[in-house]
Amino acid sequence: MSPISIIARLTFREAIRRRIMLAGLVMGIAFVILYSIGTHFIFGQIAKDAVANLPSQMAADIMMAESTNTFMMMGLYAAAFLSIAMAALLGADTLAGEINSGTIQTIATKPIRRADVVLGKWLGFAELLGLYVLLLCGGIVLSTFIQAGRIPQNLLTGLGLIYMESILIMTITLMLSAAFPALATGGVVFGLYGLAFIGGWVEQIGAIFQNDTAIKVGIITSLIIPSESLWRRAAFEMQTPLMGTFDSPFTTTSVPSPLMMGYALLYLIVVLFIAVRIFQSRDL
Amino acid sequence: MAEAIETHKLRKVFGDYAAVKGLTLQVKQGEVFGFLGPNGAGKTTSMKMLLGLITPTSGEASLLGKPIGDREAMRRVGFLPEHFRFQEWLTADEFLLLHGQLLGMEKNDLQQRRDELLERVGLTPFRRKQLRTFSKGMLQRVGLAQALLNRPALVFLDEPTSGLDPVGRRLVRDVIREVRTQGSSVFLNSHLLSEIEVTCDRVAFIQHGEVVRVLELASLSSEQTNVTIRVGDLGPETLNGLSQWGREIQRDGEFVHMIITSDTVLPAVTRYLVSQNAEVYSITPNRTSLEDIFIETVGKDGGL
Repeated sequence: MSPISIIARLTFREAIRRRIMLAGLVMGIAFVILYSIGTHFIFGQIAKDAVANLPSQMAADIMMAESTNTFMMMGLYAAAFLSIAMAALLGADTLAGEINSGTIQTIATKPIRRADVVLGKWLGFAELLGLYVLLLCGGIVLSTFIQAGRIPQNLLTGLGLIYMESILIMTITLMLSAAFPALATGGVVFGLYGLAFIGGWVEQIGAIFQNDTAIKVGIITSLIIPSESLWRRAAFEMQTPLMGTFDSPFTTTSVPSPLMMGYALLYLIVVLFIAVRIFQSRDL
Repeated sequence: MAEAIETHKLRKVFGDYAAVKGLTLQVKQGEVFGFLGPNGAGKTTSMKMLLGLITPTSGEASLLGKPIGDREAMRRVGFLPEHFRFQEWLTADEFLLLHGQLLGMEKNDLQQRRDELLERVGLTPFRRKQLRTFSKGMLQRVGLAQALLNRPALVFLDEPTSGLDPVGRRLVRDVIREVRTQGSSVFLNSHLLSEIEVTCDRVAFIQHGEVVRVLELASLSSEQTNVTIRVGDLGPETLNGLSQWGREIQRDGEFVHMIITSDTVLPAVTRYLVSQNAEVYSITPNRTSLEDIFIETVGKDGGL
């Protein structure tokens, strides 16, 4: 077994033994159940109202399709947020905590490269987040499908982008954790996330009012931290064409370009590379 | 054969503070080498530099003939850090397997070695317990087993007996002897001078990040011995007569202290006192203790 996969397995096992995954699992299932109960009643009400008030069956169908999709996007938005929180929680204490406690010393003096430690942890977290995103987003999509019989378009691309968003946050957290204590790392990550969130809004609102400066501010924010743009692209991929014309945080008016997606991927790789370099050069 | 450890003017500066000023020393293959010094003398920093955990500011060092940080060399090195911390959610079994895997050990060999070492440190009954349930002494034992998994040619032990009860301390001492018997070297960092005294072949005194003295401990016992004689009815002439076997003869009530150069004169001293009708209650040779030398070397203020 390669050192990277040994560390990845250790990381995975740690999350399970320390019940982080259990907590995530319980909360995730509770989240999906709550979503299902809420939408069960809402979808039923909308269906009744639509048939009663709208002139034709076709109009009622469109109304149903749009509202199901809206609620699903709301659910996915919350799921994406929870995945990001999980990503930050997993990553914040990992290197910082082990450097602080000295646990890292018996690991780093083994005949492995320091890069193996960072990459192994990254891989372990990526696996955990994969399961988590699948549970949350898969639960939302499945629940919606069972209740309303609808599956969003470009489902895999959308979920892939949400997954990538959580990986991006996890990688940034890992990089900061190689340099700073856990608490500072957590603070900075949530600060960056907040920045991306506000930037995304500024861009959205700018798009509604067709204000180029506001859109540029949003794009610059996305260049600083492209996490929110990944969500907005994911939302764009999965929403119905009609939804794009409404404005809400769960829909997308100003669509991040494929170029921005490429940038986000490059950004992720660079951050991971910097994480390795920081960990390689620091005293333990 | 290359020296186990060789350093030349190894130096580490944190900000404007030189934690290690210039460490130059050699540790031979198969010797147990003690690293002594007051708190803050740079012992742990030096050890961490040798292990590749801390990058030296300047200077050179090699382990087992390879430059520090070399992965081939680290395959043959064992390390027990101070205040040993670990993955406490692992069981003792899993913990040793993890470290063996990181050492690149072959599966069957690793399992056999793990069982052997768990038995050696007395933890076989606890092997399936998570480390979080272990006492400090048990953790130190499992840490020691971890340091020996790969049958290392060179073992670093940083304060290995801290937190151990007398049984545990004896175990560490015995294990160090076993390691040496197998031809491996031990680099022992300890402030327990009595431990160093009974286990080490040589010691280096370090102060302000520099080696101030290197001492063969075998020479310590043969060079000079303090003898305390408890004796009654001792006339001044008889007392003076003792000078043919030793020096610095001092009388303190019924005790006489003197320094002899070899234990071999003791029977003659005894015969002499008896022949002079002195009433001898006891003759006790006391080796000059390492503590005496330590304080003589670093000063009573501990080099602060």
